[in-house]
Amino acid sequence: MDIDSSQMDPTFVDEIAAEPGGEHIRCCFACGTCTASCPVREVTERYNPRRIIHMAVLGLRDAVVSSDFIWLCSTCYACHERCPQDVRITELMHAIKNIAVRQGHIHPSFRQQFDMLSGHGRLYDITTLENERRAEQGLPAIAEQPADFQRIFAVTGLDVLIQPETRGAE
Amino acid sequence: MIRYALYLGCTAPVRALNYELAARHVAARLGIELRDIDDFGCCGFPLKSVHHQSALLLAARNLALAERQGLDVCALCSSCTGTLAEANHALQCDAELRDRVNRDLQAAAGLRYNGTIQVRHFVRILYEEVGLDRIREAVTVDLSGLRLAAHYGCHYLKPTEVHDHFDDPENPRSLDRLIEAAGAQSLFYEGREQCCGGGILGADEGTALALPRLKLERVVATGADALVIVCPFCDIMYELQQRRIEKLYETRFNLPVLFYPQLLGLAMGLSADEVGLTLNRVKSRKLMDLAVRP
Repeated sequence: MDIDSSQMDPTFVDEIAAEPGGEHIRCCFACGTCTASCPVREVTERYNPRRIIHMAVLGLRDAVVSSDFIWLCSTCYACHERCPQDVRITELMHAIKNIAVRQGHIHPSFRQQFDMLSGHGRLYDITTLENERRAEQGLPAIAEQPADFQRIFAVTGLDVLIQPETRGAE
Repeated sequence: MIRYALYLGCTAPVRALNYELAARHVAARLGIELRDIDDFGCCGFPLKSVHHQSALLLAARNLALAERQGLDVCALCSSCTGTLAEANHALQCDAELRDRVNRDLQAAAGLRYNGTIQVRHFVRILYEEVGLDRIREAVTVDLSGLRLAAHYGCHYLKPTEVHDHFDDPENPRSLDRLIEAAGAQSLFYEGREQCCGGGILGADEGTALALPRLKLERVVATGADALVIVCPFCDIMYELQQRRIEKLYETRFNLPVLFYPQLLGLAMGLSADEVGLTLNRVKSRKLMDLAVRP
């Protein structure tokens, strides 16, 4: 596929480098150790960290942030441990996804997890059934503490960032 | 006396009661005091992809709750361990970041974190603080007939800088040594270091399940009696999803999956109920027969 130079946004790599975790993106010399180490790449060609980094460096912002493939990092840190340039690829992928979310692209599974955290402070809700099952095994009851979570998301602005009204923008 | 705040996380106390049961019983027998803190919530891991600052605040909230009790954190889930240890590392190294996080944490939850505690995985505590010698001394049941495959997973030891480089990411040994200290055999197999795929189960189920399929195939090929794991999310991939993977790929694994504390509990003479063995989904007569009758 040809690269359309009019689609290149030179500010994209600056934005990534300014994002927590993205600071080392310019250290990449495209050796491909990340892709060779990647267990997801072992099972699908859709995820290729070297390609994603190179696309980002070229400034192909829309193609990266609107893609499905940025959500396919399993966060195993195999590339992080082996990268000879200390690009910190797992954190770099987090930085790119954070930018994608700000531009209105969030994978639905992560929105569901946000909703659970906002409503329950946990990834699974705790009903009396869960605590009955725990009691049967002699384990102490656990509680949900959603109030702190809602206040944290209000302080950080995450509640507004992915509130229902803006959800059509994806 | 080894004393920690027990951080259960989201998955273990709902989906892996066997792990929690075994960990609590083994800890009590080995003189590790685990204290529950009711206010603990999500570690922040799911939000790292979405909003860095929010993820960091959720981690800091838990660290502050433990610090308030003067306790270090012992986590059962590897992802929780990694997320909390990573946040702790960042907050301890960067006073400016800590001040910024504390401003928000104070406003939202009335808490502050001073950076005085440490975060450890339960199995790392067994390895480093209890130690292999004391574990060998505690063994009363002969497990020498068990052939086991160690699965380290990822966040138990990586990124290595937030886990004090306590094990080698390319050739990890801690879990193998712990299995051997419990008296069982630890097998070598191809792809030992491979990820369970849990991190992308929500994003792309088909791709995610291809990862545990590979590992299950490789482990079954060794003739292992069970896969030994240290994380409840790895359990979701290897045990809870095992039937589904078998159906998808028209194959049969029937591979039992054990949490390391369950194995150690069996070696120490705990009953099947005490190590939660009846809650394991892939049943194993051989493992049940090794459990001491109450």
